[in-house]
Amino acid sequence: MLVLVVDTATPAITAALAEVTEEGTRVLAERVTVDGKAHGERLAPQIEAALTEAGVKPRDLAAIVAGTGPGPFTGLRVGLMTAAAMGNALGVPTYGVCSLDGLGAPLSGHALVATDARRKEVYWAVYADGVRVDGPHVDRPAEVSPGAATTAVGQGALVYADVLGLPVPPDEPIYPSAFELARLAAPRILSGEPGERLVPLYLRRPDAVEPGARKHVS
Amino acid sequence: MSSVPLVLGIETSCDETGVGIVRGHTLLGESLASSVDEHARFGGVVPEVASRAHLEAMVPTMQRALDQAGVTLADIDAIAVTAGPGLAGALLVGVAAAKGYALAAEKPIYGVNHLAAHVAVDTLEHGPLPEPAIALLVSGGHSSLLLVEDLARGVQPLGATIDDAAGEAFDKVARLLGLPFPGGPWIDKAAREGDGASITFPRGLTGPRDQAEHRFDFSFSGLKTAVARWVEARERDGERVPVNDVAASFQEAVCDVLTAKAIAACRDRGVDTLVIGGGVAANSRLRVLAEERAAKYGIAVRVPRPKLCTDNGAMVAALGSHLVAAGVAPSRLDLPADSAMPLTSVVA
Ligand SMILES: Nc1ncnc2c1ncn2[C@@H]1O[C@H](COP(=O)(O)OP(=O)(O)O)[C@@H](O)[C@H]1O
Repeated sequence: MLVLVVDTATPAITAALAEVTEEGTRVLAERVTVDGKAHGERLAPQIEAALTEAGVKPRDLAAIVAGTGPGPFTGLRVGLMTAAAMGNALGVPTYGVCSLDGLGAPLSGHALVATDARRKEVYWAVYADGVRVDGPHVDRPAEVSPGAATTAVGQGALVYADVLGLPVPPDEPIYPSAFELARLAAPRILSGEPGERLVPLYLRRPDAVEPGARKHVS
Repeated sequence: MSSVPLVLGIETSCDETGVGIVRGHTLLGESLASSVDEHARFGGVVPEVASRAHLEAMVPTMQRALDQAGVTLADIDAIAVTAGPGLAGALLVGVAAAKGYALAAEKPIYGVNHLAAHVAVDTLEHGPLPEPAIALLVSGGHSSLLLVEDLARGVQPLGATIDDAAGEAFDKVARLLGLPFPGGPWIDKAAREGDGASITFPRGLTGPRDQAEHRFDFSFSGLKTAVARWVEARERDGERVPVNDVAASFQEAVCDVLTAKAIAACRDRGVDTLVIGGGVAANSRLRVLAEERAAKYGIAVRVPRPKLCTDNGAMVAALGSHLVAAGVAPSRLDLPADSAMPLTSVVA
């Protein structure tokens, strides 16, 4: 089955075309650019380019998988909205996967995954042999409780390595992998599980203050 | 299948998620979801709250509009979306949705100007817009006077507010009178029971000196302050505030300036069509006063029905339909949301 994968939960803008079968998951074409401010501009052309490279028409897609974050809101919404609109237009199911799982799933042993949440905070989760056992959360790096984790992975882990005090393996990816997201959704896709509404993992409430009493002008 | 293209429009520039479907000048279906109630307690639109609401509302709103029009996405020939101006995060949700729909349906996308769409929507009610026309756009975020010579190519700004937008002034004055948000409709209602001539509030930028530099500009912040001072003085003296009279007198001051400048612009440019759009165009006094004054000079006033004046998807579809008919090239898939999109660009 041909599956479109998108993730915009980090500065990496990811679009990939994957083939999911009982034998396994394979990425046929992928486009990734790293630009924390260009999700709105870059994602759609990247989807188109991945489809074209794989010689796949949108109507050939059987499902859409999207990283649901956590991630900076504005960019995150671009991926989820694009995915939801395509799913709606094509009449195919959409499946959400926590974006941090796109980093944590392939890790063995105990590991912390952290991505940049801006405002000097990180989005984080703890994994035991690829399974999320704590999180996702958003906190200041000093407040992260890595549990039994012996390594840390992700761009947030890299940036705040000092505070987190965990070694960051140099060969691990720092942004969610489209292959992992597709692989994690594969059982649902293959069993024809109904799709789900893509709900962003915001983890933070919107910034909004209720105005006080009316201000006097004189 | 009709040969006139079927155009879908998506609007998310502020707190309304709108989808409209238009063929030619005919509105076939539309749906609107509003997050206004979520903003009410903040006394104004909270951008992040609006953006979250757009994401949630988009697909159901789309489905309702399609169902109402009795068409499917496969029937759509082009997709138009508000690219700006507006709230950056909110715009981005609509643009992302439009791109998703356009990609999936393999249809062209037009990223369009929200203000030009407020002008274009009138065609759904009154047919093709005679050009040139003067447009008065008055909403919660904008107050502009525009010269429309060719809506498909661009609009020429003649003037705009130098501080608060007209709708913003309505909302702020409503707040200080203890009326709910958004205040425009409440002021309109209260004013019907009041006397608009009872209090003389200032008319911004109408002095002789303003003729040179600000002939077609507006200013409402002084008016708002004057109303606040007037109300506070009554409160300080322990007097009852005549809410209906204050509302009517404030509304009179706004409508007086808006219509006077709009008519002056028509006369200055030798234009005999005035189209009024934006949320404040729903104001009953503005409609009456504009028609009264325009009639003296043989100027035709076109105001779409109130539902089309406030932000909606139909207006975006109407502009999209106009652009497709005029043979304007679509936008590229990398089109950005532009919170400060200039009026001189109708398509991004
Ligand atoms: N009857 C009315 N009289 C005056 N103002 C009105 C009336 N109805 C709505 N408004 C104002 O219109 C504004 C909303 O305009 P709209 O075009 O929907 O959007 P936006 O504020 O997003 O530009 C609000 O400020 C509201 O108070």
